[in-house]
Amino acid sequence: MTKFEIRDLRADVLIGADERQEILKGVDLTINSGETHAIMGPNGSGKSTLAYAVAGHPKYEITGGDVLIDGESVLEMTVDERARAGLFLAMQYPVEVPGVSMSNFLRSAVTAVRGEAPKLRTFSKELQGSMSGLNIGSEFAARGVNEGFSGGEKKRHEILQLELLKPKLAILDETDSGLDVDALKVVSEGINRAKANSDVGIMLITHYTRILNYVTPDFVHVFAGGRVAESGGPELADVLEADGYERFAKAGASQ
Amino acid sequence: MSMASPNVGVPEHSHGGGELPVSKLDVHGSFEVDDFPVPAGREEEWRFTPLRRLRGLHDGRNIADGVITVEVEAPEQVAVETVQRDDSRLGTSFLPTDRVSALAYASFPTATVVTVPKDTELGDPVFVTITGAEQGDAYGHLLVKAERHSSATVVVEYAGSAVYADNIEFVLDDGARLDVISLQDWERDAVHVSHHYTKVGRDARFKSFVITLGGDLVRMSPKVGYTGTGGNAELHGLYFTGPGQHHEHRSLIDHNVSRTRSRVEYKGALTGEDAHGVWIGDVIIGEGTEGTDSYEHNRNLALTDGTRVDSVPNLEIFTGEVEGAGHAAASGRLDEIHLFYLQSRGIPEDEARRLVIRGYFAELIDRIAIPELRDRIMDEVEEKLQEHSPSYAGTS
Repeated sequence: MTKFEIRDLRADVLIGADERQEILKGVDLTINSGETHAIMGPNGSGKSTLAYAVAGHPKYEITGGDVLIDGESVLEMTVDERARAGLFLAMQYPVEVPGVSMSNFLRSAVTAVRGEAPKLRTFSKELQGSMSGLNIGSEFAARGVNEGFSGGEKKRHEILQLELLKPKLAILDETDSGLDVDALKVVSEGINRAKANSDVGIMLITHYTRILNYVTPDFVHVFAGGRVAESGGPELADVLEADGYERFAKAGASQ
Repeated sequence: MSMASPNVGVPEHSHGGGELPVSKLDVHGSFEVDDFPVPAGREEEWRFTPLRRLRGLHDGRNIADGVITVEVEAPEQVAVETVQRDDSRLGTSFLPTDRVSALAYASFPTATVVTVPKDTELGDPVFVTITGAEQGDAYGHLLVKAERHSSATVVVEYAGSAVYADNIEFVLDDGARLDVISLQDWERDAVHVSHHYTKVGRDARFKSFVITLGGDLVRMSPKVGYTGTGGNAELHGLYFTGPGQHHEHRSLIDHNVSRTRSRVEYKGALTGEDAHGVWIGDVIIGEGTEGTDSYEHNRNLALTDGTRVDSVPNLEIFTGEVEGAGHAAASGRLDEIHLFYLQSRGIPEDEARRLVIRGYFAELIDRIAIPELRDRIMDEVEEKLQEHSPSYAGTS
């Protein structure tokens, strides 16, 4: 049982040497293991900033509040320590790292997170199983990390890493954006497999309700103006689908 | 770290006036050493080179007190000859374009000629190993001729120590394919000034990998011209410049014939105090030509403080009928977003650095089709990284 807490989190985006802008303005959110929380909101509301700030992206600086896994603050941890503590971020725009093969990268990551190198044979079997579950051809293992991948291929590889690294809490930042329906189904099945095989807590950041037809949320939060503006059950998603974000966009602007 | 801005010139020219435009890049050549004044250091083609460290190669003394051995290992279909200076096949494909090149041509004792017969596809590479056996001045000449529709890979490897100047002629007849790997693996005190003069025939394809790791001062000038339409030249380069080393690469692609293609991609990494990398990428798209497709790219990675890079693409276009012509250059530190991505998967920072740096080299080295050579180059890069890059060893 893991408790992931975000308490009154405030963060700036660093734009230039002397330029910064406050994006997160006091975020409160608690996710217990096994729970899936959808974070929905209009563009520019700070959803992705929340994801990156929690993961420790160098472009964002936390100015207040705390992020805790089972009561321990992750803010004092380096980026890799956060990952080894059980945090995972599936990025909206996964990074291309030329010349580093996907298989080498995955083996290094799994070794780091699990604390020991997996046995070669069992790992390659595990890898092949997860890859075929996500319709990823075996030739991708030899390619550079995300290098020249299409948007959909990148997203599938993010979920592949989710399945292999088995985090306590996974933040999925617009994993559904840019996917066609077939790819969306494949990616959603991967997320549901990860949920079934572990008690991972999920923060599912999305602009659209479409993915919620495949990955069922326990809670839905509306994110606006740099904080959680309203929380509810899955039915809140239906309200957003019908009415849009207009009401919240105004609320955000006035704050 | 400094970077010069690119010079992209589209010189004005008039039609019908009978006056041809003059390229600033198209240096007229000569076999006479004294047709080239002794460089003083301010000349455009010498201003990045520390002349004092040339140990006299440029100044007109003409001594040859060094000992160089040339060994060639080739499949049996290949003709390998050691020939005298007066062999009529030598020096027909080029004119020396600077003083050191002319001096090398005037001074080499014997030349090596490697001929790949027509219609022959080699299964194994030709290895030419040039070793400096005694520190001293030496000059060399190599001619590699790939006859019609032949296909071959030639590895030219430099090792040992010397003050060495040489010219290599790569002549590709129609439809030939030639891959060249030139590995500058000198001892730390060597000085090497080299010119590659390549002529690409009709529908022929030339590919080179110029890899510079060793030496005190290495200055490579790969030049490509075309003798028929449909020629294709790809120049890849990699330099890994350590403390106090000077590695200079000056490519010139002369699109003097219509419908020719070129790609130049050089990348460097620099580490340690006074590591100096120079890349000059000259491209000329000639008067009256059509359908040229050209692109050049230089990237540099500074692994520590105290390094210096000069990166200058020069593009001169004398026609409006160009298919494509472009260039890009980037110099900088390790990309923190690359590191962030790897670290966000639990990989510790020092290991993430090693992966990204290794990847930077592997991207180019992995394209070399000879596995043993690939592994050996990667091992040497690893060794140098361990030795000279504190951040790589993880003790930063």
